[in-house]
Amino acid sequence: MTTRIPARFAKCVAEGRPALATYTMAGDPDPATGQAILDALPAAGADIIELGMPFSDPMADGPGVQAAGQRALAAGQNMKKTLAMVEAFRRKDDETPIVLMGYYNPIYIFGVDAFLAAAKAAGVDGLIVVDLPPEEDEELCIPALKAGLNFIRLATPTTDDARLPAVLNNTSGFVYYVSMTGITGATIKANAGVGAAVQRIKSHTDLPVVVGFGIKTADDAATFGRESDGVAVGTAICNAVLGSLDNGKATAGTVAAVTTMVAGLASGVKRAKAA
Amino acid sequence: MTAIRANSLRNGPDEQGRFGIYGGRFVAETLMPLILDLEKAYRAAQVDPAFQAQVKDLGEHYTGRPSPLYFAERLTAQLGGARVYFKREELNHTGSHKLNNCIGQILLAQRMGKTRIIAETGAGQHGVATATVCARFGLPCTIFMGATDVKRQWPNVLRMKMLGAEVRPVTSGAGTLKDAMNEALRDWVTNVETTYYLIGTAAGPHPYPEMVRNFQSVIGEEIKAQFFEAEGKLPDAVVACVGGGSNAIGTFHAFLDDPSVRLYGAEAGGHGIDVENGHAASMTGGRPGVLHGNRTYLLQDADGQILEGHSISAGLDYPGVGPEHSYLHDTKRVTYVPITDNEALEAFQLCTKLEGIIPALESAHGLAEVIKLAPTMKKDETIVLCLSGRGDKDVESVGRYLGLIE
Repeated sequence: MTTRIPARFAKCVAEGRPALATYTMAGDPDPATGQAILDALPAAGADIIELGMPFSDPMADGPGVQAAGQRALAAGQNMKKTLAMVEAFRRKDDETPIVLMGYYNPIYIFGVDAFLAAAKAAGVDGLIVVDLPPEEDEELCIPALKAGLNFIRLATPTTDDARLPAVLNNTSGFVYYVSMTGITGATIKANAGVGAAVQRIKSHTDLPVVVGFGIKTADDAATFGRESDGVAVGTAICNAVLGSLDNGKATAGTVAAVTTMVAGLASGVKRAKAA
Repeated sequence: MTAIRANSLRNGPDEQGRFGIYGGRFVAETLMPLILDLEKAYRAAQVDPAFQAQVKDLGEHYTGRPSPLYFAERLTAQLGGARVYFKREELNHTGSHKLNNCIGQILLAQRMGKTRIIAETGAGQHGVATATVCARFGLPCTIFMGATDVKRQWPNVLRMKMLGAEVRPVTSGAGTLKDAMNEALRDWVTNVETTYYLIGTAAGPHPYPEMVRNFQSVIGEEIKAQFFEAEGKLPDAVVACVGGGSNAIGTFHAFLDDPSVRLYGAEAGGHGIDVENGHAASMTGGRPGVLHGNRTYLLQDADGQILEGHSISAGLDYPGVGPEHSYLHDTKRVTYVPITDNEALEAFQLCTKLEGIIPALESAHGLAEVIKLAPTMKKDETIVLCLSGRGDKDVESVGRYLGLIE
C-alpha cells in the first residue's frame, strides 16, 4: 500500500524535525471558508492534515472540537461535502497527506464500501476513527486496508504492554499516541511521561509515533516534538477559528487566524530540530 | 430455570458482545481496557456465591423484593377484556426498577476497588438509585443530567443532592439523556483509574447490556413464579415500556423461550411517529447505527447525525435503545409499538383514578398499550404490565399539561 503518509514522514526525517499534524473541522465555520482553510494549511506549515468529519455526538472531544463540529453541521456540512473538499484540495496539492478523523456512525450510514471507494478516489490517505478499537477491526479497519487506505490507531496511557500488540496490529501510516487519559483540548500534566510512552510504543513498531491531545502552543509543539516523530494539534486551531468569528460567521480574518496559528506551531516543530 | 437450548433466544450475547449484528464494543481505546476489566470482574462475580448472596440479601432487605404482582381489578373491568396484572416495581425503594441494577453494579465497583461513581440520568430515576447506593456504600458520586431534564424533573434533582450526589447539568445538545451520556463518557475517559461508570440502562458497550439485563432479570423471573401461583399458567401477554429498555429486557428475558407469551414493548411515540424529530421511538422510527458503544436502532438523519427525539417522558427521551431489543425487534420475538404523549397522559390519569396508583410517565406508555390490547383479548386471557416506576416525580409536569397549575 502506498499513501502519501510515509513519504511525508521521510521528508520530515530528512529535515531532522518532527512532523506537524493539524486538525481542522471540515466545513467549519461554513463550507467555503472551510475549503479556504484546508487549502491554506500546507503553505502555513502543516505536514499532515487531519480533517474532522463532524458528528453530532463526539464523545472523545472537549468543548473546542465539539463546538467546531456543531458550527460545521449548522452550516450544512455532511460526508459528501467533506469528501468533495478533499477532491478540490487534491487538484492543487498532490503531496500533503490527508487523514479523515471522526466517529464511525456517519461512515456506517454512508456505507462502508461506498465510503472507502469515495475516500480513496477523492485522495484521502488514511482514517482515524475514534470509536473503533481493534476488537471491531472487521467493521472498517480491514476493509480500509484492502482499499489502500492507512488505518491509524490511537494508543493511550491505558494501553499496556500486553494490549499494545493488538492495537498495533493492522495499524498503518503512523501511531497516534494520546498524551493523557482525557478528551481533546484538556491540559497535559507537566510530568505526563510522554517520551517514555513513545519509546515504549516504538519498541513494538517501526511506524512513526505522533503525539496528540493537549498540545496548544509552539512551545508545546517543540517540547513534545522532541520526544516523538510528530505532534498533532486540534483544539487550539478550532479555537482560533472561533476567535475570528463575528456573531458566529466567518470574517476576513478567519483563514488568517488559522494560518497564523499553524505557522506558529510549525516554528515550534522546527525548533525541535536537532534536540 | 429454563434449560439453555441451542436455539434459545436467551443465549445472547456472543463473546464479542453481539446480539445478532447489534451490540459490540464501539469505544475509544482509552476505555477499551476498562471494559475488558469490567467483563472479567463481572464474570468472576457471576460465579461467586458470596456476590450472589449479597445481591439477594440487599434485594430483599433494602429494595423490598420480591415486588408484588397485583391484579388490577377495576382497570380489568373497565377495559372489558383480558385480566390485567401489574408487576409493582414502583414499590421498590427509590420508586422504580432502577435500584435492581444499581445494587449489582455498586457491589461490582466495590469488588474492583473503584472509589468514585459516575452515572447519567434522564428522568432522574437512575440518578436517584445511583445516589442512593452511593450513600449506602459511602462512595462519592457525580450524576450527569441534561439541563432540560434538570428543569422538568427537579424533585429528583433535590433527592440526588440530599443523598450527597453532585448533579452536573449538561448543556450540550438539547440537554437531555443522550447528552448526559456523552458527558459521562467524557468524564470516564478522563478519570479511568478511580472511576466506575454505573450505566443505568441495558445499552452501551459490552458487557453493560448483558450485565444490566441480568441484574434486571429478577423482574421477569418473579413475574413467572408469582403469576403461576396466581393463575397456574403463563400469562398470554407481557408489556413494558422501552426507553433504553432495562425494565423491558428484565421483564421479557424470562419469557423469551415461551412462544405462547406475546411480548410488547411500548416506545415513546411523542407527538406522533410521522412528526419529524417529534418522537423517541428508535425501533419504529429509526434505523441501525453506532452510538454510545453499541450498534442498535437509532434516531438519525440521512448523514448519520443523531437526532434528539422528543417524549413527554424524560426517561424515554433517548434516540437509541439497548441492542438486545434491536435484535428482538428484527427477529420479531417482541412487538414494539409507539405510544404518543397524549395516550400516555390518558393512561396516567386512568390508572391514577381507577387503581389509586400514580404511575411514572414512562410506565404510563406501557399502560397505554395495555389499554389498547386488553379489550381485544378474551376474558380468560391475561396481561402483565411491568409498572416500572411511580409518578411522584411527574405530578408537577402532568399538572401543567392538564392545566391544574397556571
